[in-house]
Amino acid sequence: MATLVLEQMLNGLQFGLMLFLLAAGLTLVFGIMDMINLAHGSLYMLGAYLVASIAAASGSFWVGLGGGVLATAALGALLEVSVLRRLYQRDHLAQVLGTFALLLMANEVVRMLWGSQPLQLNPPPALAGPVELWPGFVYPAFRLFIIGVGLAVALALYLLVTQTRVGMQVRAGASNREMALAMGTNVRRLFTALFALGAALCAVAGGMLGPLLAVQVGMGESILILAFVVIVIGGIGSIRGALLGALLVGVVDTAGRTLIPLLFGQLMGPAAAANAGPAVASILIYVLMAAVLFWKPRGLFPAH
Amino acid sequence: MISSEKPSPSLLDHRLPLRWGVPLLLLLVLLPFAAEALGEGFYIGVASRILIFALAATSLNLILGFGGMVSFGHAAFVGIGAYTVGILMQSGVVSGWAAWPAAFVLGGVFACAIGLVSLRTQGVYFIMITLAFAQMLFYLMVSLKPYGGEDGLALPQRSQLGLGIDLASDTQFYFVVLALCVLAFLALQRLLNARFGHVLQGIRENEVRMEALGYPVLRYKLVAFALAGAVAGLAGALLANQGGFVSPALMQWSQSGMLMVMVILGGVGHLLGGLVGAAAFLILEEVLVGYTVHWQMGLGAVLLGVVLLAPNGLMSLLRRGQERA
Repeated sequence: MATLVLEQMLNGLQFGLMLFLLAAGLTLVFGIMDMINLAHGSLYMLGAYLVASIAAASGSFWVGLGGGVLATAALGALLEVSVLRRLYQRDHLAQVLGTFALLLMANEVVRMLWGSQPLQLNPPPALAGPVELWPGFVYPAFRLFIIGVGLAVALALYLLVTQTRVGMQVRAGASNREMALAMGTNVRRLFTALFALGAALCAVAGGMLGPLLAVQVGMGESILILAFVVIVIGGIGSIRGALLGALLVGVVDTAGRTLIPLLFGQLMGPAAAANAGPAVASILIYVLMAAVLFWKPRGLFPAH
Repeated sequence: MISSEKPSPSLLDHRLPLRWGVPLLLLLVLLPFAAEALGEGFYIGVASRILIFALAATSLNLILGFGGMVSFGHAAFVGIGAYTVGILMQSGVVSGWAAWPAAFVLGGVFACAIGLVSLRTQGVYFIMITLAFAQMLFYLMVSLKPYGGEDGLALPQRSQLGLGIDLASDTQFYFVVLALCVLAFLALQRLLNARFGHVLQGIRENEVRMEALGYPVLRYKLVAFALAGAVAGLAGALLANQGGFVSPALMQWSQSGMLMVMVILGGVGHLLGGLVGAAAFLILEEVLVGYTVHWQMGLGAVLLGVVLLAPNGLMSLLRRGQERA
C-alpha cells in the first residue's frame, strides 16, 4: 500500500510538472496580454507531433526533442505576429472565437500532414527501463527524467522571472499592463518572445508526455482545459500560483484515479467501484477548482 | 443601435426586424414543402437541428449578450433536458406534455443551483467555474451506468403529444420545433423590452452603478441565468427527440464552446444573434462536409475571417449594410 501511494505521488508530481509547463505560458499570456488563448493546447499538440516526427526521421529522441522545441517556438512566434497580435485589443469573446478557429485549423493541418492515426514516440533507449530507487521500489526511468526536466524548467523559469530584466518587465506587465507600457517596455518584442517561450514550453511538455500518452489529434484540448483549471486555481498571471496549482491538480487527479476506485471498492463493493470510481475521480479537480473559487474568487495567488 | 428612418425609443429596446423577419418566417414555414417537392426530405431534419441549436444559442445569448455573463457550461443544461426526456422514456413516460416541461423545469433548477455559487465570481473566473460545474455533470452522466454511461441512451421513439400530432413525421416535428422557436423569440423580445430586460442590460453595462441604484443585481442575474438554463433544457428535450439519442457527449465542454461560438458568430446581444449564428455555423458545416473531409479547416478559416473582419458578428454586417442602404 505504501509503495502504491508513493508511486502515485511521483506520478502526480510528474504530471503536475508537465501541466505547469503548459500553464506557465498560458498564465503569462493571460496575465500580461489579457488574452484568452484556446490555441495553446494546439501548440502542445503540434510540439508533440514535431518532436515525434523529427525523432523518427533522425532516429534520436534527443534530436527530435531539440528540433521540435525550436520549431514549435518559431511557430508560436509566427502565430503571434500574424494573427494573435490583432486580437490583444479585442474583448475576450472575440479572442475565444478567433483562437477557437485556430484550434480547428491546427487539428485539421495535423490531420492533413500526419493522418488520423496516433503517432508512436519512443523514449530514448537509455531511459526506457525501470530503476530501483531503493530495494523493493522500482520506478520507470523516463518518468523520473520527466520529473527532473520539469523541476529544471521550473527553476529556470523562476530565475528568469525573478532575476533578469526581461523577467522584471514580465512581472510588471502582469501586475499593471498600462504602467509597464508607460515605463517604456518594448511590448511588441516582449510579447512575441513570451509567446515563443510559451510555445517552446508546450513542445517540451508534448515531447515528454508523448511516449506516455498517445500523440494524436485532439490531445491538446483535454489538457488545455486542465491547464485553464490550473491557472484559475493559482490566480491568473502568477507563475508561483501556476506551479502550486499544477502540482495540486496533478497529484489530486493522478492519486484520485487510483485511490478512489480502491476506496469505493472497500466501501461499496467492486461493481460500484468500477462504475462510479473513474467518474468521481475525474470530477475531483473540478470540485477542487469550484471550492477554491468559492472561498478565493481570484485564485490562490492573485497577481493583480 | 439606431435605425435609419426612426430612432427606437430606448437603446435598451430591441424591435423585431419585421422587414426581413416576416419573409424569413414565411421561408421557414414553406421550407418543408419545398424540400419534399424536391425529394430532399433529409433537409427537414437538418433544418430542425438548426432551429433547436438556434433556441439553445439564443438562451445563451440572453445571459451572455444581454446580461454580460459568459457561461462556458451551457451545454450542461441542454444535456439535462435531453436526459430528462431519455430517462423518463426509459421508465415508460412517453408523453411530451410531461417530459418537455420537466426538461424546462429541471434545466432551470440546475441553472439556479449552479448560478447561486458561480455568480459570486467575476470575469474569467466565472467562465471557468461554469465550466467546472458542466464538467461535473458530464462525468456524473458518464458514471450513471443504468442510463447508458458513456455510450448514452437510444430513444425507442419520439415523445407523444397527442392532438393528432405525430412527431415521428419529420415535417410535423419540424413545425412543432418552429412553433416553439417563434414563441421563444417573441417571449425573449418582450422580456428584453420589459423592465426586467432593461435592468439586465443595465447590469451588463455597469454592475456597480445598478447596485448603487438599489437594484438587487445578484437576484436579477440569477433569474436570467435560471431562465436561460430552462430554455436550454427545453432545447435539449427537442434535440433528444430529433436525434433519437442521448449521450454525455451532449454536455461536453466542446459543445458549450460551440454554443458560445454560435452566439459570437451571430452577434452578441443581438435579438436574432443566436439564430443567425447557429444557422451560419451548421449550414457552413453541412456544406463543407459535402466538399471535403478537411471541412474543419474551412470552418476555422471562415470563423477567423469573421473575427478579423466583422468584429461584432454577422448581425453587425447586416446592420451595417442596412445603414448604408
